[in-house]
Amino acid sequence: MDGATTKRGGRSWAVALFLAPALVLLGAIVMYPIFFSVGRSLFDANGSKFVGIENYQEMFTSPATLTAIKNNLIWVVFAPSLVTALGLVFAVLTERIAWSTAFKVAIFMPMAISFLSAGVTWRLIYEQDPDLGLANAAAGAVVNVFRPPGELPGARPSDEQALRASEGGLAASDPVDLGGTATLGLVAIPPESIPADAVQAVEPAATDGGIAGTVWLDFAPGGGGDPGIIDQGELGLPGVEVEAVAGGAVVASATSAPDGSFVFDGLEVGSYEMRLPEGNFREPFGGISWLGPTLVTPAIIVSYIWIWAGFAMVVIAAGLAAIPRETLEASRVDGGNEWQVFRRVTVPLLAPVLAVVFVTLVINVLKIFDLVLVIAPGSAQRDANVIALQLWKTAFGIRDFGLGSALAVFLLLLVLPAMAFNLRRFRAEES
Amino acid sequence: MSTVATTSDRTTPSSGSRSSRLVSALTHGPAALLLAVVSVVWLVPTIGLLISSFRTAADNADSGWWTAFTAPAQLTLQPYRDLLDDPTIISAFVNTVLITLPSSLLIVIVASLAAYAFAWMRFRGRDVLFLIVVGLLVVPLQVALIPVARLYDLLGLFGTIPGVVLFHVAFGLPFAIFLLRNFFVGIPHELLEAARMDGASEWTVFTRVVLPLGLPAIASLLIFQFLWVWNDLLVALVFAGGETQPLTVAIREQLRSFSANIDVIAPAAFLQMIVPLAVFFAFQRYFVQGLLAGSQR
Repeated sequence: MDGATTKRGGRSWAVALFLAPALVLLGAIVMYPIFFSVGRSLFDANGSKFVGIENYQEMFTSPATLTAIKNNLIWVVFAPSLVTALGLVFAVLTERIAWSTAFKVAIFMPMAISFLSAGVTWRLIYEQDPDLGLANAAAGAVVNVFRPPGELPGARPSDEQALRASEGGLAASDPVDLGGTATLGLVAIPPESIPADAVQAVEPAATDGGIAGTVWLDFAPGGGGDPGIIDQGELGLPGVEVEAVAGGAVVASATSAPDGSFVFDGLEVGSYEMRLPEGNFREPFGGISWLGPTLVTPAIIVSYIWIWAGFAMVVIAAGLAAIPRETLEASRVDGGNEWQVFRRVTVPLLAPVLAVVFVTLVINVLKIFDLVLVIAPGSAQRDANVIALQLWKTAFGIRDFGLGSALAVFLLLLVLPAMAFNLRRFRAEES
Repeated sequence: MSTVATTSDRTTPSSGSRSSRLVSALTHGPAALLLAVVSVVWLVPTIGLLISSFRTAADNADSGWWTAFTAPAQLTLQPYRDLLDDPTIISAFVNTVLITLPSSLLIVIVASLAAYAFAWMRFRGRDVLFLIVVGLLVVPLQVALIPVARLYDLLGLFGTIPGVVLFHVAFGLPFAIFLLRNFFVGIPHELLEAARMDGASEWTVFTRVVLPLGLPAIASLLIFQFLWVWNDLLVALVFAGGETQPLTVAIREQLRSFSANIDVIAPAAFLQMIVPLAVFFAFQRYFVQGLLAGSQR
């Protein structure tokens, strides 16, 4: 090859040799498919019949593709802006800490992980059982503070006549006068939910000027005993909340003892309804269905944010480092507080960088595929569907290359504005 | 506490023990506290996967991975022993290597040749051609799946490793050429002219001057392409068959019954991510440089 530079003809040969491998690959695998797809999208599933724009009509009418398009729209509206905003906040805040490198590594690390492994990681987090999934374990910890689970979820009255439903709980049908007693029998309590300190239930002992009662499990293991009667072998139910209600208002409340007994003292003369409020029967927190039809797309977007926030942060931090310190100092001296400096100086100066990050993310989000495929369980794939996933399923699942190509062309059209943005920026920088 | 706080502002980062620096950093106000919480939140998912991968299927079906902190006896190497005894996973791992390494090397060769031509050779249509390359940067690879599947069918490349490799190289090229060309353009003109004056051919200038000076950009490209191909699922899902499937496809096969297969999925996913993480930690600097050159410049 030596000596080629001396002759002009040799030069152009050299150019061809340097460019050929790249041009062949780009031509065959990137450029040619674009034209082929446009043409192919005008034919039917197996390519035998010209159908014009029918595939495009189907794309905008069939529920599966419409859901995919709608979800892509949700992705584009929320994911890039949230990631960019978070990246900006992180980039600005890291400037104030001594361990900024460690922080950046921690946030940036998910960028090196595949969507597949990240998807597996988040699917683990979104397990519905609060004992297994971290998201629901955390949600459960909060929920249980404000709405603690009851002692008796699922319990029913032993005598439907004596105890009836009342405001989510149960109430005795017969009001009790001062000095009277009440027996509140329940059934359908699984053995493992009976508190360990429960002992043989006792008949309530009437007191002067008060109301006494017993809440008990009206069921003896091994059978025997009559409904509504406290028999030998039937346990009291401790820790149950009982309310005395008069005129629709709760006047007093009591908690049952290990033998199921409770006492109301100091009530005014009158007659009271004995009620077991709703809280006693509340089911324990069962977990939010993160990957159910309604929440699946937001849940996957959260995992996407986890992956890409580091990218936004690193690029924005580099932009931030390029802003002269004096500019920021000057505006601080001019009396601006941190927030004003951030709003009026930092953000406007960073605008070009923010735009680049945002556009990069929009392009990326339009093509989102792996995360949805991996995180959405089979049952929720239809609800979480996105264009790229639908394309893959259409083309390589049901082998409809016509509709598949139409989806591909649609995806290409969606990134054209980003292409224009890139070209404009490139030309501006070159000149 | 107060002494640490008052001295922290002016101490250099290199002074003091690691823990005292940590304490001083954490006492540095609400921003530090917020970021500390954020970094924990960001690390927890990966830690969760790691711990899950060291627990038996029974433990994973029974309790959350965080219970391992109070009952460390749960942790076992068994899932990994089983994984390494699984011929499907092992051959998938080998396939991942066989796809990733050639893709990464080939793109460096093809892209650096083209980038050199775009940066330092004069020819008609150069600027238009390069604009096309810039335009191709954003083309979604999904557009090519159907046409290339057909093309590969004709060429007998469907379901083969070379087919997957060529697809990755082609779709990596716009970014690769863009990255390298922009770096090569920055090499001082005099160095090239001096070599050309000495009668060096384009090939000699390319191999002796531009490639050595372009190494940082080439390193960035290598790492990007390595991570991209290693982590790919979609291309392999379409173009690699049962015998040639990489790790990502093999793991995805297990996902149909997630909870039942978690003892396979968790260690396999960790095996899948340990290599890119190692690459990331070893070559972070080049990764970030490539990112900035590619998206911001």
